[in-house]
Amino acid sequence: MKKITSLVTSVAIAGIAFATTASASTLEEVQARGDLRCGVSGGVPGFSAPNDAGKMVGIDAAVCDAVAAAVLGDASKVTYIPLTAKERFTALSSGEIDVLSRNTTHTLTREASLGLNFTYYNYIDGQGFMVMKDAGISSALELDGASICVQAGTTTELNMADYFRNNNMDYTPVGYETSTQTREGFEGGACDVLTSDKSQLAALSTEMADPSSILILPETISKEPLGPVVAQGDDQWMDIVAFTLYALINAEELGVTSSNIDELVANPGNPSVGRLVGAEGDTGEKLGLSADWSYQVIKQVGNYGEIYEATVEPIGIPRAGSVNDLWTRGGILYAPPIR
Amino acid sequence: MQVLVLTLVSFFIFSIYQTTVSNLVERGIQTSTSFFDDVAPFKIGFSPFLNFELGKTTYIEVFYIGILNTLLIAILGIFASTVVGFIVGIVRLSPNWLASKCALIYIEIFRNVPLLLQIMFWNFAVFLATLPPPKKSIEFGYIFLNSRGLHTPIPFIEDKSSFNAWVFILLLGVIFCILLSRWAKKNFEQTGIKRPIFIYNLLILSSIGFLSYYLLGGPLEFDVPVLGKFNFKGGGQLPLPLFSLWFALTIYTSAFIAENVRAGISSVSKGQIEAAKSIGLNRSQMINMIIIPQAMRVIIPPTISQFLNLTKNSSLAVAVGYEEIVAVWAGISLNQTGQALIIIAMTIIVYECMSLFTSFILNMYNRKVQITER
Repeated sequence: MKKITSLVTSVAIAGIAFATTASASTLEEVQARGDLRCGVSGGVPGFSAPNDAGKMVGIDAAVCDAVAAAVLGDASKVTYIPLTAKERFTALSSGEIDVLSRNTTHTLTREASLGLNFTYYNYIDGQGFMVMKDAGISSALELDGASICVQAGTTTELNMADYFRNNNMDYTPVGYETSTQTREGFEGGACDVLTSDKSQLAALSTEMADPSSILILPETISKEPLGPVVAQGDDQWMDIVAFTLYALINAEELGVTSSNIDELVANPGNPSVGRLVGAEGDTGEKLGLSADWSYQVIKQVGNYGEIYEATVEPIGIPRAGSVNDLWTRGGILYAPPIR
Repeated sequence: MQVLVLTLVSFFIFSIYQTTVSNLVERGIQTSTSFFDDVAPFKIGFSPFLNFELGKTTYIEVFYIGILNTLLIAILGIFASTVVGFIVGIVRLSPNWLASKCALIYIEIFRNVPLLLQIMFWNFAVFLATLPPPKKSIEFGYIFLNSRGLHTPIPFIEDKSSFNAWVFILLLGVIFCILLSRWAKKNFEQTGIKRPIFIYNLLILSSIGFLSYYLLGGPLEFDVPVLGKFNFKGGGQLPLPLFSLWFALTIYTSAFIAENVRAGISSVSKGQIEAAKSIGLNRSQMINMIIIPQAMRVIIPPTISQFLNLTKNSSLAVAVGYEEIVAVWAGISLNQTGQALIIIAMTIIVYECMSLFTSFILNMYNRKVQITER
């Protein structure tokens, strides 16, 4: 009996001690641990999916790499944690991951009530519908009565409900847990339509047995600004993630690439470039990072344009003139200056 | 001493609660039940018991729909797996070598493959791959089978008063049949003449049913499914996800139940069987009257656990898109509202209640079939 009591007591005390440990700042934790834990989707080509060598690649994975380069000086020190749409926010607010970079749409509810902070957008998307060509459908307004495959628990599900209600149409949702399952269901004939963000539709179609048999309908029914998310309550960490992303965009705007950055460090010319590559100013110190943080980011990961070209272009979404182009070229990507 | 332990444990639980609450507040996560009455901003496709109306149905109704859909799959699964499990278990002990080995293979394959894999296999690799799209549905009269599921006509009441009259006549018929069986039993005990009374009853009831149905001018109408632009509309629907899940759960659980049945039957002592043979009972009489009643007391307790497992395993439905409580409540609703604590707690309570209720009912039945020792 005595033994049991002492066991219970020690468990209880350990529990309380564990529960009340003051948490260190995320930056310190990541640096002490020596790697960045980054939540990704892990199954969406172009955004985050393993390549042939087993390395996670995509525009979302690149954000993880960039943050690791900024914080740890090494873009390879990332542990990618694949999460479903359902798991992602709990994983972030419970501290299981440091950054969530998983094509996550910025909304008021998420920002205000889930203990999250959205930083900026690495891809601006909109929801669309995909059908088989032989169904003979050319507009989303012809979808009355259709069965629609959708990933459960996403904003996609809500936009779809709004769209059908607005247009007085009926539908049957078929909700799956992962986007891979939605594709399998769609291909197998469990539904007539697959709905998701248009970038994901393009990505999923590359994985189909016959990509030419499908048609992405012209309508875009929602705004889906996607970007990295951090947990609330650590402003320094939020600044670091946001400015890492800004650095990628600014680098493209200023013509800094992973291949010419060494030259530009030696001979920046333009003072903006000098500050961006770390030849001038003390941006690193202000963020609590090393002085060459942005150099490491651009050197190891490339600028936004390079990342896009390597990850999203191959799944068949051209960038020129789209919303995801720089503001100087007709898009809406616009990053505050690094100074 | 015990008081001390109790105090410590309750202090421990209390401090966990305190820490959770303070951590939630610190992280800016709002926890409240006010979302229950908010309108659910998404659609549930399959809700046969409660009508789902986009823009009107609230979150708490989504919760009820989830519970009902879970109950539906649990009841269907328990029923089917018991039937299949008993048949396989008895075949497993058959003196026929081939039949017994087939049952063995069935049990070993389905018991040893993870359930999630089986559910996905049946849904994606078998049913979706073999069933035709809606426009090329397989037809049996007014019943249609396609990759969306099974579509059947459903009856609805056309004329209320004649329907009530029909139900009344049927009830009278049932009472007559009960009286008839009682008389037959008594007569059997007195004279030893055995009559196939079950078949008589079936004949009497069905003829009364059909005759009165036509005499009353057909009080029921049928809602027949009609092919629309995408799929069949109207009629009753057994959606494919429900069917796949039901099929997989039945196959998986029945393999375990079959083993329980085999264990139960093997536990009946050989002397009983020899005694049954010596008084000239044939094989089916021996199974029904001697073996099964004695085997039941061994079969039931482990089978209760299988029923509970089946109920809990139904939460794997999310892989094939069946809308039960984990999918619509702990999945979609949780993600749309972010109220993880409340939603997960409610889901746990639902499963807890279902399991306790199932085991309560079955334990009562178990007490009834146990040998009463004097």
